[in-house]
Parts: sequence; C-alpha cells; structure tokens
Amino acid sequence: MSRSKPLSPHLQVYRPQLTSVLSITHRLTGIALSAGTVLILYWLVSAAGGADRYAAAQTFFACWLVKLALAAWTWAFFYHLCNGIRHLAWDAGYGFDLKQVYRSGYAVVLASLVMTGLIWACVLSKLGGAA
Amino acid sequence: MSLRSELGRVKGLGSAKEGVGHWKLQRLTAIALIVLSLWFVTALMSVVGAPHAEVVAWVGETHVTVLLLALSLALFWHLQLGLQVVIEDYVHTPWLQIALQLAVRTFAALGALLAIVSILKISLGVN
Repeated sequence: MSRSKPLSPHLQVYRPQLTSVLSITHRLTGIALSAGTVLILYWLVSAAGGADRYAAAQTFFACWLVKLALAAWTWAFFYHLCNGIRHLAWDAGYGFDLKQVYRSGYAVVLASLVMTGLIWACVLSKLGGAA
Repeated sequence: MSLRSELGRVKGLGSAKEGVGHWKLQRLTAIALIVLSLWFVTALMSVVGAPHAEVVAWVGETHVTVLLLALSLALFWHLQLGLQVVIEDYVHTPWLQIALQLAVRTFAALGALLAIVSILKISLGVN
C-alpha cells in the first residue's frame, strides 16, 4: 500500500507572493531588455548611416506602437536597475530581514514607475515642443 | 592519491569548473551598468527628437564616445551572462541548450560589434 507523501509545492497551486513575483519579473525584464537592444542598435546604425537613414528611423520611432514598446522597455529598464541594486545589497549581506525584503520590494516597484513617468514626461514635452 | 591540498583543488572550480568567475563578472558589469545606463537614459534626453546633425555632434563629443563604447561593452557582456543563466535554469534538452547558448553568444558579440563600429563611425566622421 502506498502512503501519500508530502510533495514540494507546484507553481500552479502556490500562491504568488511579492517576493516570488518580483524575482521572476527580474528575469523577465532582463529577457525583454535584451530583445529591446535591437531597437537601440537600429537607432545607432541609422545615425551612423547618414541623415536620410536617420530620418527614416525617426519616422519609425514616431509610430505610437513603437513608442508604447519603448515606454514598456523604459519601465523594464528601471525595474531591472532598481531590483538589481536590491540584489547587490543582498549579495553584500544587507536587507534579508523579511520586513526589509517586503519594504525594498515595494520601493523598487514604486521607484521604477516614478522614474518611467519622469523620463516619458520629459520625452513627450520635448517631442511636443519639436512638432 | 593526489598531493594537492583541498583548497588548491577547489579554488577556481566548483560544479561549473570555473569557480566564481561568472558570478563576479555579472556583478561587476551590473555595477558598471548602474552608472553607464543611468547616464545614457538621462543624457539621451538632450537629443530626443533632434535632427541628425545634432545627434552626430553629440555622439562625437569625446566623453560621450567613450561612455557609449563602455556602455556597449558592459551591456552586451551583462546580457550574455544573464541570458546564459536563464537558459541553464529552464532549458533541459541538451541540443537545444547548446543551440540557445550559441545563439545568445552570437547575438551579444555581433550586437556589441555593431554598436561599437556605429559609434566609432559617427565619432570619427566616416560617412
């Protein structure tokens, strides 16, 4: 007769917590940022290709869908940056207290949103002035 | 029986046979990127929507050229190290694992070269 043994929790039935969600988000934003480097490369290569190529790239970046992707990319960047600093603090042995872990977690989410808002407020005001 | 000491045997090895090299480089490039990427995103605000000539003049400034080159190196290096770990953790099919690691390394190397050559082209006025 087989006795049912306790199993380690499967992800599907494991209640998501701030800690685990922020952890996997760090990896997901890392992957998204890697993919997004293609856009930065396109911008650089166009700039190196002369005025005509650069004008074509500017038309591409003016598309609202591309802007939306760039805004998402900006958030991914600030999230990965802030949470990366959180990781570096852990590597140095600081901030392991459960209360601190939660507090720094919420701080990272808030900081990434505020920084993204600031950058895009700046971008949109510049583009508004140029148009 | 080996005459090597336990410490000598274990130094620089571990299960990956490369010790803490990967871990250390990931942190070093991360620290470099805190400074370089924050500089890039804020400095970029001065050329948002600017015409080509202005962007070329900006990239051509000596300190901007140097920082952009440093950013390219640190960014693609950090990207490769990070994606490598993700693939190691989640992809367990041997041939697929190797194929993806090769793809990531190729992408990172070509991306870094493309960025560096573009920056130098602009900076040195090769157009």
